[in-house]
Amino acid sequence: MAETMASQRAPDSRQTMLWVSAALLPGIATMAALFGAAVLLNLGVCLVVAWLTEAVCLRLRHRDWRAGLRDFSAPVTALLVGLAVPPGAPIAAPVLATVTAIALGKHAYGGLGQNLFNPAMVGYTVALVSMPAAFALWPVDAASGATALDTLKHNDGLTLAELLRTPAFGSIGGYGWEWANLAFAMGGAVLIARGIIGWRLPVTFLLALGGLALAFHDGGSSRSAGSPLMHWSMGSTMLAAFFVLTDPVTHPNPRRAQIYFALIAAATTFTIRAWGSYPDGLAFGVLLANAATPYLDRRFA
Amino acid sequence: MAELAAALVGSLLVNNFVLAQFLGLCPFFGTTQRYDTALAMGLATTFVLCLAATLCHMVYHLLLVPLGLEYLNIIAFIVIVAGAVQLTEMYVKATSRVLYQLLGIYLPLITTNCAVLGVALLATGKALSFIETLVFAAGAAGGFTLVMVMFSAMREQLVTRDLPQAMRGTPITLVSAGILALGVMGFQGL
Repeated sequence: MAETMASQRAPDSRQTMLWVSAALLPGIATMAALFGAAVLLNLGVCLVVAWLTEAVCLRLRHRDWRAGLRDFSAPVTALLVGLAVPPGAPIAAPVLATVTAIALGKHAYGGLGQNLFNPAMVGYTVALVSMPAAFALWPVDAASGATALDTLKHNDGLTLAELLRTPAFGSIGGYGWEWANLAFAMGGAVLIARGIIGWRLPVTFLLALGGLALAFHDGGSSRSAGSPLMHWSMGSTMLAAFFVLTDPVTHPNPRRAQIYFALIAAATTFTIRAWGSYPDGLAFGVLLANAATPYLDRRFA
Repeated sequence: MAELAAALVGSLLVNNFVLAQFLGLCPFFGTTQRYDTALAMGLATTFVLCLAATLCHMVYHLLLVPLGLEYLNIIAFIVIVAGAVQLTEMYVKATSRVLYQLLGIYLPLITTNCAVLGVALLATGKALSFIETLVFAAGAAGGFTLVMVMFSAMREQLVTRDLPQAMRGTPITLVSAGILALGVMGFQGL
């Protein structure tokens, strides 16, 4: 029974994973242009470590490790981890995140299509809470090193319009991040057009995030938690919306359940962004939404 | 009003008794194999927790403090909790024989659920008012039930997964609880 369920839930792997990787490329290129070759170095480290961890785990389970490597799911996890870890972080950060993602997030649960939580976000979060200082090293604003999310969170007395003129911000959101987010959204649109991911989940998530930003917008004053446009174009919003939340095994299937799933992710993300002490709340939001998935599947089945 | 709402969210999610303060772990692991049992356990604990917190608050402020007997708080609270559990047990036994058997030993064990005593002690220790105590207890109980329900649905799913031999049963349960707690850690600093 476990085998049939697995094959039902697991996506037609290789083809899908290749498309997902391809759709990530514009975003990767944009981030490399902004933050330099360190982005590519991070991705390279993650890819190598992911492949090694995958092979070791498959060997330990007496599975055919060559077949496992061909399904191309480990590289997608590696790319997501590599994009989430800041390029300035010491090499231990991407290595820890990738090993945890593949070994604990995926293979502890039985491998591809069996995991309860998104492996990339498990790895990223474990590394984030283990070495928080390393995850503040986004080379954006050379003077203060602060990203738009930090600047907004520790805002002392500037209105949103004034904030947008500080170096951490571009014309609508995080400096540079607005282009990266646009590129990831374009990649996501391609996946939707190809029928690889559904449109409902990412759109609900983005609308909910924007709605919350609007509710706490406070007319753009210095007490504002940011505008919807800012939240859509800061941090990894689009990456999470189109490439992480849509992971077919960790989101619920019934349509109404997907709405609640997206709402949990958006509410958690916004709460942590506006009032929490971690820089971004996306990974936590994804984990909590993943945790609610079995209940939502059961409730709305 | 806003403060009460903040206190409710605080004890419900941010300082969730199971996932952030690691109290009440025995029923969390012991009665979450099945969804129905977990829900029943959550509701029974909710009832006991709110009743016990209210009674403890009254006994502490109306009896122990005037008599200068605050140092007897733990003994007094344990007696109250045991009484509240006894009441719940009699009710469950009388209304649903099936549920009574499903919950088994875990029903009387609510007495030793550290979350119940913990709420009473924390509420009196922080000198919360009656209304604040009630909100605090409701948040703690709601958070407990929420986590029980979510976790039991996860465990029912885990049984259908192709887990490695070494991870079956307790190991994957502990790993999943850990990742769930990791998700709640994000609320730190709120």
